[in-house]
Amino acid sequence: MSVAAYGLLFDQTLCIGCKACEQACQAEHEQRPHAVTQLDHESFNWVQPLGDSGFVRRLCMHCQTPTCVSVCPVAALEKTAAGPVIWKAERCLGCRYCMMACPFEVPKYEWSSVNPRVRKCDFCVHRVREGRETACASVCPTGATRFGRRDELLREARRRIAADPERYYPEIYGEHEAGGTSVLLLLSQPPAQCGLPTNVPLGPLPPLTWEVLEKIPKFLPIYAAFLGGMYWLTQRKNEIARKQKEQRDDRSDLDE
Amino acid sequence: MIGATWTSRLERGGTTFWRALFLGVTGLLGVILVLRYTQGLGAVSHLSDQMPWGLWIGFDLLCGVALAAGGFTLTAIVTIFHLESYRPIVRPTILTAFLGYMLVISALLVDLGRPWNIWHPLIFWNPHSVMFEVGWCVMLYTMVLFLEFLPLVFERFGLHRPLKWWRHVTPALVLLGVLLSTLHQSSLGTLYVIVPQKLHPLWYSPILPLLFFVSAIALGLAMVCVESFLSLRAFGKRLEPELLERIGRATAVVLMLYLTIRLQDIWLRGSLPELLKLDRGAWFFLAEIGLGGLVPMALLFLRRIRRRPLLLVLAQFLVVLGMVFNRMNVAVTAFQLGTGAEYEPSWMEFVVSLAMIAIGFALFSLAARYLSVFPEGPLRQARPTDPYAELAKEFSS
Repeated sequence: MSVAAYGLLFDQTLCIGCKACEQACQAEHEQRPHAVTQLDHESFNWVQPLGDSGFVRRLCMHCQTPTCVSVCPVAALEKTAAGPVIWKAERCLGCRYCMMACPFEVPKYEWSSVNPRVRKCDFCVHRVREGRETACASVCPTGATRFGRRDELLREARRRIAADPERYYPEIYGEHEAGGTSVLLLLSQPPAQCGLPTNVPLGPLPPLTWEVLEKIPKFLPIYAAFLGGMYWLTQRKNEIARKQKEQRDDRSDLDE
Repeated sequence: MIGATWTSRLERGGTTFWRALFLGVTGLLGVILVLRYTQGLGAVSHLSDQMPWGLWIGFDLLCGVALAAGGFTLTAIVTIFHLESYRPIVRPTILTAFLGYMLVISALLVDLGRPWNIWHPLIFWNPHSVMFEVGWCVMLYTMVLFLEFLPLVFERFGLHRPLKWWRHVTPALVLLGVLLSTLHQSSLGTLYVIVPQKLHPLWYSPILPLLFFVSAIALGLAMVCVESFLSLRAFGKRLEPELLERIGRATAVVLMLYLTIRLQDIWLRGSLPELLKLDRGAWFFLAEIGLGGLVPMALLFLRRIRRRPLLLVLAQFLVVLGMVFNRMNVAVTAFQLGTGAEYEPSWMEFVVSLAMIAIGFALFSLAARYLSVFPEGPLRQARPTDPYAELAKEFSS
C-alpha cells in the first residue's frame, strides 16, 4: 500500500472552538445545519469540547493501512492514493464489519434507513481530487486545521513540538496509531485527557488477520493430501480385515 | 391402560403446545420482518454504532455454524476414516447441517443492512477480508451440503441411476465439505483476530481460529448425541446407545484437547490474572470453562456416566450449552467488556433467533417424516413414546 500523499494537521493549541469547520463540513455534504454532540450518521466532524482544556477535532483518521478497507468483504471501502478512505454505496452489503473493526470507532450507520449507508468523513475526496483542500481546513480562521502533504505536515508538527516543548504533548497522535493516519493531531495534553482512544495498537492491524489468511493456500493442499491419504489407508485396512476374516472362516470350515 | 391414555393425551397436548408455539413465533417473525424491511434495523433491534453486531451474529451466525459442525465431523468419520459403524447417524447430521446453514443464511438476510447485495462477494473480491472468505465458504459448503442431502430425495422418488452415480462422487464431496468446514469454522474465529484491543483478554487470542475449529468438533459430536435424544422424543426413534457411548468418549478427548489449548494460551499470554478480578468477565469465563467444559469433560470420561443414556445426553447437552455460551461471549460479552458498549438484545431480536430454531425443528421433522433420514426409513407416523421409559429400557438391557 502506497503511503498516502495528503493529510490534515490539527493543532489543539490553536483551536478556539468556533465550529466553523463543523458548519463547512455539513454544507459541503449538503446536510441540514445542526449542532454536533458526537460522531453519528449525519455528523462526520465534531469539535469536541474538553472543558477547560480546549477542544479536539474528531473525524475519520484516514489510516495509512486502514482496518476497514482490509475487513470489507466486497472492497466497498478504498484507500485512495491521495489519502482519503472512501466508501462505495453500490458495493456495500451492510455487514458492518468495518464498524466492528475500526480502532477509532469512526464508521456510523443509518439504523433507521431501509437502504442504510455507512457514514463517515470522506476527506472531501471530491475537492482533493480537484486539487483543493478539505472544507474544514479551508474555513479554519486560526490555522488550527491545516491541509497538506502528510510528510510535510509531520515535519511541521515535529518542528512545533521542538520549538515549544512546554506547549505540546511530545507525541503526535496519528503518527504511529494503527500504523499511522493521514489525520495528525498535535495535542497539548495526553490523548486520554482529550477523550481519544488510547488503546489503539501502534502498528497496522490488517496483518493480524492476513497472517492467518495467507496460510490457507499453503495449508489446504497438505490437509487435502492428509484426508485423501487417510481415506485410502482406512479403506485398505477395512478390506484387509475383511479378507482375513473370510480366510479365517474358510479355515474353520475346513477344520470341521 | 389408564397410564397409556394419560401418556397419549399428554403427547397430544405436547404436540398442540409445540404447534402453537411454532405458529406464534413464526407469526411474530412475519410482523418483525415487515417492520425490519420498512423501518430499518433500528426499529426492531438494539444494535447501535457502539454495538454493530449483536445477538444475530453471535447466535444465528456463530452458534448456527458451530451447531452444524456435526455434519462435517460425522461425514469425515464415516466416509474418510471408514468407521462404518457410525453410518446410521450420518444422514440426520447432514440434514441438520444443511438446514442449519440455510437458517444461517436466512438470519443473515435479516441482519445485513443491504441484504439484496448478499451475493456481492462473488463479483467484488477482497481476499484480505476474513468476511470474504467466510462468505465464499458458507456459500460453497451450503451447496456441498445440498448435494450430500440429494440422495435422500433420489431415494424418495426411486431414482436409482443418480443414486448409484452419487455413490461415486460422495468421497469427493465429503472431502470438499471437510476442507470448506475447516476453513470457515476457524475463520469465524479469525473475524475477531483484528480487534485485539476490543475483546476482553480472556477471549481474545491470535489463535481464535484454532480454538473455534477444535471446539466446533467437540460441539459437532455433542450435537449428534443431543439430536439423537430429540429424535427419540419426537419420533420414538431408537437410540444407538453403543454408538453414542463411543461418541461420548470422542467428545471427552476433543474437549480435553480444546481446554488444554485454551487454558495454555491464556496462561502464556499472561491473561490468567484477569480471573482474580472476579468481575463479570471472570465469572462468565469460569462458567463457560467450568460448567460448559471441565464438568462435562469429566463426566464424559466416566464409563458409568456414558453407559447411562440420560446422563450421557445431559453431559453432552452441557457441552452444547458451553459452546453456545462461548460463541456468545466472544460476540457479545467480551466485546462489551472490551469497548464499554451497552447492549441488550431487544425482544424482537430474541424472537427472530427463536423463530430460526423453530423453523429448523419443523423442517427437520418434515424431512424425517417423508425422507429416509433414519435407517428405519421415513418415520411417517410419529410414534409417541415416553423417552424416559425408553431410556430406562436401554439402560436395563
